[in-house]
Amino acid sequence: MIQMKNVYKKYPNGIVALNGMNVEIKQGEFVYIVGPSGAGKSTFIKMMYREESPTSGQMLVNGVDLAKIKRKNIPLLRRQIGVVFQDFKLLPRLNVYENVAFALEVIEEKPESIRKRVLEVLDLVGLKHKARMFPRELSGGEQQRISVARSIVNMPKVVIADEPTGNLDPETSWEIMNLFERINASGTTILMATHNREIVNTMRHRVIAIEGGLIARDEAGGDYGYEG
Amino acid sequence: MPVTKLEVTTAMKVRTLMRHFRESLKSLGRNGWMTFASVSAVTVTLLLVGVFVLIMMNLNKVADDLENDVEIKSFVSLEADEARVAEIETAIKGLSGVETVDFSTKEDELSDLVLDFGDEFSLFEQSNPLLDVFYVKATEPQETENVAKEILALDGIEEVKYGEGKIEKLFSFLNTGRNVGLVLILALLFTAMFLISNTIRITIVARRHEIEIMKLVGATNWFVRIPFILEGMWLGLLGSILPIGLIVALYYNVTEFVQPKLSGELVQLLDFAPFIYQVSALILLMGVFIGVWGSFMSIRKFLRV
Repeated sequence: MIQMKNVYKKYPNGIVALNGMNVEIKQGEFVYIVGPSGAGKSTFIKMMYREESPTSGQMLVNGVDLAKIKRKNIPLLRRQIGVVFQDFKLLPRLNVYENVAFALEVIEEKPESIRKRVLEVLDLVGLKHKARMFPRELSGGEQQRISVARSIVNMPKVVIADEPTGNLDPETSWEIMNLFERINASGTTILMATHNREIVNTMRHRVIAIEGGLIARDEAGGDYGYEG
Repeated sequence: MPVTKLEVTTAMKVRTLMRHFRESLKSLGRNGWMTFASVSAVTVTLLLVGVFVLIMMNLNKVADDLENDVEIKSFVSLEADEARVAEIETAIKGLSGVETVDFSTKEDELSDLVLDFGDEFSLFEQSNPLLDVFYVKATEPQETENVAKEILALDGIEEVKYGEGKIEKLFSFLNTGRNVGLVLILALLFTAMFLISNTIRITIVARRHEIEIMKLVGATNWFVRIPFILEGMWLGLLGSILPIGLIVALYYNVTEFVQPKLSGELVQLLDFAPFIYQVSALILLMGVFIGVWGSFMSIRKFLRV
């Protein structure tokens, strides 16, 4: 599913974010990525959907080597991956329905199947009744649920979440986590960077801790391991 | 693990194109005052360009009229008999750069004189002191001098008159006028392009975040680009409506008012009919082109996500 071999990333300003990383994540896993700020977590996540590219090493996602992928083929990679961002990244000028439908429009789905599928995932995240509202009219938790709906609407094999609960209060964070649990239960791989100790320690899954651009710890059902 | 190859299909489905059209129209509405700002910028600049083109094209027409009025009056000497006159006519027609040759006998000349200056001149009918004349027009007014010299060299031609000295000044004056006009039009066009594409750039910069999101969700560059380009096209179209309307109305009134006063005069304005449609088409094309080009250029750097 996801395989990194000796992945090394150096930014133009000289900072080394990943220092020869090796990791393998199998289909259907639920993985937390933890670690202090600036340790390489974000780079690791951004590399999954090719917002950043490795300086050297091999990085396979769904069998595609991201170190070699051509720029014009990046959209195809992103269509096979769902991404949930800390700041939701919803299109402000589109309403809820259109935001979710957008991910299907880019793959040129048939209008009937778009409609069916969008209503299906809106139902899944419990926001079907707000389909015509705009992002600014929704609470943070609701916006994040829309973002989750968008990430799974084209049935990706893997969903990548970069601190999805970072901007949410504890109660709404749990709602989002329950959604991820359900998505994972249907066989989708979840890769989630987080700072939320309570979540990691409660919903036990594989934990990968990144420090100084390297994997410091990798244990199944591990705990958060950092203070606060 | 097997390495899968990904290939983007470039063929776009018709319904996707329809989607882009719908999106671009929707976006015009949802962008509210940004749309208004861009359309206003297009309107103002195209109106300026349009009025200027009207003026310059008409000045050019006036210059052409003046130039085309220049003709060479070639006097045939008294010794030349009818056969010689016929020979001279063929010879003039054979010269390169000659457009028309009109023969006028000395009797014709006299009756013209009487017509212009009054009956006193009819006294000369007893003994006509005038000469037969060939009126010659050069294909290129600028060539008048050369043609005149060649005619003078012919056997049996006594004298040629073409306003020598005066027409050279006129021609150089008109040429300077044309060049200045051309430079002004180009400068204005350049300013218009700059102003409009800058306004469009501002509206797109305000939406760069949206472009980034679209790319992250898996949209190809063209999928993001086309609605923006279509939107630019609508901006250009909308922005050219008012200038076209105003210019057609303006020129209609000008021709209605001025044309009757100029009837029979040497200098004429350009006719309303084909000219104003050409100018309208030019304004429309410019609006659309600038809109499309402005969007295309502005969006470029935000697509690198």
